[in-house]
Amino acid sequence: MIIVDILICLVLLAAGVGAMLQRNLVASSVLVGVVSLMVSILFLRIGAPDVAMTEAAIGAGLSTVIFLIAVRRTEEEEQ
Amino acid sequence: MKQIFSLALLAITGWLLWSLVPYGQATEPGPVSSHYIAHGLQENGGSNLVTSIVVNYRGFDTLGEVTVLFLSVAGAGFVLRRRSGQRRVAPRPSSEFVQTGARMLFAPMVLFGVYIFVHGHLTPGGGFQGGAVIASAVLMLLLADRDHHLPHGFMGWLESLAGFGYVLTGFLGLAIGGSFLANKGVLPLGQWNRLFSAGVIPIIYTLVGLKVGTELSTLLDVMVDSGRDHGEADAHGQKGGAA
Repeated sequence: MIIVDILICLVLLAAGVGAMLQRNLVASSVLVGVVSLMVSILFLRIGAPDVAMTEAAIGAGLSTVIFLIAVRRTEEEEQ
Repeated sequence: MKQIFSLALLAITGWLLWSLVPYGQATEPGPVSSHYIAHGLQENGGSNLVTSIVVNYRGFDTLGEVTVLFLSVAGAGFVLRRRSGQRRVAPRPSSEFVQTGARMLFAPMVLFGVYIFVHGHLTPGGGFQGGAVIASAVLMLLLADRDHHLPHGFMGWLESLAGFGYVLTGFLGLAIGGSFLANKGVLPLGQWNRLFSAGVIPIIYTLVGLKVGTELSTLLDVMVDSGRDHGEADAHGQKGGAA
């Protein structure tokens, strides 16, 4: 099962680097959400379901949406 | 010069991170942690040890955490609030499918959030997670139907009463159990693994869930609503509405 962990870590790293390199801010925010989702799966796999739930609900859910709202608002301001 | 400096900084950071590696390895828990692990479930009557630590042994820290969240939401709401006299331009409405689907999903999502924080002492999760799920449900409703507005007065009252109830429970523990937020003696511990068990823990987590849910929902409402109203609201809004 360590292969699953390695795969999750690879996706995590790819999403993190992608979020940095991506020029499109919306795609970048979504990639940050993917990072949070992968971290939450890792938390679940090492036996911390409480933390995993918080990370999934707040990290992958709410903060991604807050980033997206902020990106849209700043784009509106720049127009 | 700058490159040498960056390399040195990188090396120092790498060395620091490397020296942190032993902390990740399994170690013998200290005396306090051992007590929590060995007696946490018996002393509190809950079946989730994490909740038993977060709400009872570290209940005061959780009160501080809730206070920090309240202050940050209040600050963000103050910065993002809509100035009076500025008209909010109605954005393009969502399609009928999205609106109906959001309304249909709203109640089950809120119910799931309530389930998470009511069962905080039995299953993983608790007030913060349940509150975040409730806030996600409210956010979905707000994004699907832009004319929808939260009753801010009611939310404010609910949030304040939940915070007040938390402190009141703490003082009840001080009066009956001998220490702030004490669990022993305030309410019966009940039968293990039942909904009405673990003393005041479910009550506190319900209050925390209501508080976090209302706070995050209000913050999201203010965020979704703001932004269009800086400067010349009319001309800017017309352009934004047409685009």
